[in-house]
Amino acid sequence: MMSESRTTVALFATCINDVMFPDTPKATVLLLERLGCRVEFPEAQSCCGQMFTNTGYYKEALGSVRSFVTAFAGYDYIVSPSPSCLGSVREQHPMLAEWAGDKGLWREVEAVVARSYELTEFLVDVLGLTDVGAYFPHKVTYHPTCHSLRVAKIGDRPQRLLRQVKGLTLVPLPDAEQCCGFGGTFSLKNPDVSTSMAAEKARNVTSTGAEYLVTDNPCRLNIGGVLARSKSGIKTIHLAEVLAETEGGAR
Amino acid sequence: MGKAEIFAAIRAALADVREPDPAADVAVPWEYGQATAVEDVVGLFAERVEDYKATVLRAASADAVGDLVAQALAEHGAGSVAVPAGVPEAWYAAAERAGVAIRRDDPPLTNAELNETAAVLTAAAVGWAETGTIALDHRADQGRRALTLVPDLHVCVIEAAQIVTDVPEAMARLQASLNDRQPITWISGPSATSDIELSRVEGVHGPRTLIVIVVG
Amino acid sequence: MTATDLGMPGSSRRTPAPPAGRLIDSPPFPVAAKQYLADSQLRANLHHATSTIRAKRARVTAELPNWEQLRLAGEAVKDRVARHLDYYLEELEQNLTANGAHVHWAADAAEANQIVVDLVRAKGVDEVVKVKSMVTQEIELNEALEAAGIAAWETDLAELIVQLGHDRPSHILVPAIHRNRAEVREIFLREMKLYGRAAPDSLDDEPRHLAAAARQHLRDKFLRAKVGISGANFMVAETGTLVVVESEGNGRMCLTLPETLISVTGIEKVIPTAADLEVFLQLLPRSSTGERMNPYTSMWSGVRPGDGPQEVHVVLVDNGRSRVLADPIGRKALRCIRCSACMNICPVYERVGGHAYGSVYPGPIGAILTPQLRGTAAAIDRSLPFASTLCGACAEVCPVRIPIPDLLVHLRHRVVDERKRSHLGLEQALMKGGGWVMASGPRFGLLERAGGLVQRVTGREAVGPLPWPASLWTRARDLPLPPEQTFRQWWRANRDPLCHPERSEGSLRDDEATTVTSVTSASAEAAAE
Repeated sequence: MMSESRTTVALFATCINDVMFPDTPKATVLLLERLGCRVEFPEAQSCCGQMFTNTGYYKEALGSVRSFVTAFAGYDYIVSPSPSCLGSVREQHPMLAEWAGDKGLWREVEAVVARSYELTEFLVDVLGLTDVGAYFPHKVTYHPTCHSLRVAKIGDRPQRLLRQVKGLTLVPLPDAEQCCGFGGTFSLKNPDVSTSMAAEKARNVTSTGAEYLVTDNPCRLNIGGVLARSKSGIKTIHLAEVLAETEGGAR
Repeated sequence: MGKAEIFAAIRAALADVREPDPAADVAVPWEYGQATAVEDVVGLFAERVEDYKATVLRAASADAVGDLVAQALAEHGAGSVAVPAGVPEAWYAAAERAGVAIRRDDPPLTNAELNETAAVLTAAAVGWAETGTIALDHRADQGRRALTLVPDLHVCVIEAAQIVTDVPEAMARLQASLNDRQPITWISGPSATSDIELSRVEGVHGPRTLIVIVVG
Repeated sequence: MTATDLGMPGSSRRTPAPPAGRLIDSPPFPVAAKQYLADSQLRANLHHATSTIRAKRARVTAELPNWEQLRLAGEAVKDRVARHLDYYLEELEQNLTANGAHVHWAADAAEANQIVVDLVRAKGVDEVVKVKSMVTQEIELNEALEAAGIAAWETDLAELIVQLGHDRPSHILVPAIHRNRAEVREIFLREMKLYGRAAPDSLDDEPRHLAAAARQHLRDKFLRAKVGISGANFMVAETGTLVVVESEGNGRMCLTLPETLISVTGIEKVIPTAADLEVFLQLLPRSSTGERMNPYTSMWSGVRPGDGPQEVHVVLVDNGRSRVLADPIGRKALRCIRCSACMNICPVYERVGGHAYGSVYPGPIGAILTPQLRGTAAAIDRSLPFASTLCGACAEVCPVRIPIPDLLVHLRHRVVDERKRSHLGLEQALMKGGGWVMASGPRFGLLERAGGLVQRVTGREAVGPLPWPASLWTRARDLPLPPEQTFRQWWRANRDPLCHPERSEGSLRDDEATTVTSVTSASAEAAAE
């Protein structure tokens, strides 16, 4: 349980959430506050730089690495609702600092990375919770993103949290661990393959009969785009938004 | 040209490697030659060999081998069998009495003769349970490699004491044969292919039927 | 009996001609991928084959409680070899020579091919039988032999299908994975009679019967062959032993029956000791065919009097490997033991097949190996590092733990850096500008406001089909427009301690919870529209 003095959490909202999916970081703030944390949003933060790194633009990504360590240097708990962006911080920021030959930056990055948590890791491992008091009376299916499984390696924490949500029915997604085909700039550089993969993922989602697809936002943009185009009627939502819902909510 | 050029390129490429001793430079986190936990080694061996659609026969003692060989050859209609020089006569005496032509590989049979021979009878060097594999090290009781390759039926006799748990233990037993520069053949079931639609077919170029007789 | 003997009009070839053109001239990956994606038969064949083999691999790797330790050991042995390659190659050469084998060194494909052609000519024969070998495909040995008037017969069933089909392999383990049984039957009926024993007229498309036809067709060739050509999966430095892992017995035929054996291998195939085989001969079969063990593994140490070929040659080929070795990050690709698990699990490979990769090494491993071996001068080679979503499934199954996604990113960086030096394109300009914005939170905050404007101006929350380049995204998906208020703006309005000192008490106002909920619902509904 929480100690007397409240835990202060620095929120890494991520650029895609900030602009495209602001409800996700908002829900993260409300959820963490509900669980007794004090949430801060260091305004110096921008982006994990993943789009630059993964497209081969290391130099262009370095600014993001520096802004990340500047923004989050003073915090004990850095929490992000995006496993993909957090995975990039963990795996790619040290590599970029090393590539730049900047030992000082590398040490700063290592220090910040050690204090960085994906939201479900923070809830389950730090706060020791799987039941966060959420209420979401809907049938949902969950797509574990590739980066959550294989980069951030958050395991089954999201499913453990979802199973404790009151009113929620979690139905399995066929071929859940298959990539949805987003891949950042892959979706633009190899649009035909990307589209084919997204279509298959959307078909699998539709086959579950769920009302909501719960997934991280980059993949949500991709799969949700196909679901919307096909008029499937299936809504997409981020895990943080599900966990932020309570019985008093108006859904 | 050739070697000097390649070695110069390799040495230039490895300028970042400072430690000259390979073992000190990169440690291998592995303990070699360990047995794995298998309760019934011979039982699992028999089960796994049969998983490959091979046949396993059990001989209570060495005396029973001859009859099992004769029976196996008869069941497959094999009228001739190649035998390496070191195979005990007792193993094929019953078959010979039953009219099977015994073709000793001494002098060596030609490829054409081998191609006209229905079966081959050999001992084995080692077998192991986990993967259901037999290894031949081609000493006198197993013969040269072509013998166990060209005929369509391979009858292989292995003693229970020759069966170990898994690959690491087997490799340890095979080390002496490798030190002697013996060729080695590992056999796991009859020849097979999955090249057409990943659909497994037993029997392509090597023996299409494998019968293993476990003694003891 | 050959095409020439039969007096085939307009053909002086001994073996079926492969498709015209060089692999390195293949179109960039996205162009080829689009073409192969449209082939629904190919898609079906690939989906069936890769999902079957994936399931088998998953089952047999889960059987071993020490699978992860095996992977770590495999990785370490391969890293040790790579970092001391000169040491182990010296040891290998000494032992091979002591065992009576002749060792040859080839810096590139042309040298390797010349060595083999000369060796075969010296035996005075005009045909050889071959065991499936990736490196001989890489150096295009068959065509070099053909040009010298020597027929090279592929004896692996899938390689035979590919050769008789005037085709190229599309997978390193199952080269004819793109063909179904009906196509194989057609090829056998049409081609076998031109190059040897004909397929029986009654041949149907049962895999068992097709395999039997191959057995019949090849048996004469095996029995009369004077020279066999192989690769090697492993070469043991300590004992001078070569190892070939196979299933059908065609390998044993080629390694055992001919008088002369020529083995062509990449220099990275050496391993230190025979004991190391206990690691790799567990990793390889379970990762590749998804079996506990492959049917046949052959080990031979030079010449064995009275048993097998009495003249043994080993041709050690560099052909770009020392260049790969020079990059401490890129050299991890040299750990590869050619199991094919990465391509079987790859959702991109599964959709487009191996031919789209323009290399004998397709799939994820090809995407990191080919641009390193061949360099990045060709369009196909520059496009390969981008032929992945970086989903990471390949790295998870790799038996020697090659961090394929990291290497893909590393090579993307190499390609981008080379391009930066030659010209400044739109992508570079966008990335440069983006990098500048993202280096600063406040700068990013300023730019964000423009996003909200779009929605205010258009009054829409999502858009359908748009012109290029947005069409790359919107031809199949809707694109939501950014909501009017960014998170940063919401924070300032609701949480910024300068504007809301009461927040430091941490009280939660009920109306805020309602606000978030209603906003969430609205955007979810918009996306569903």
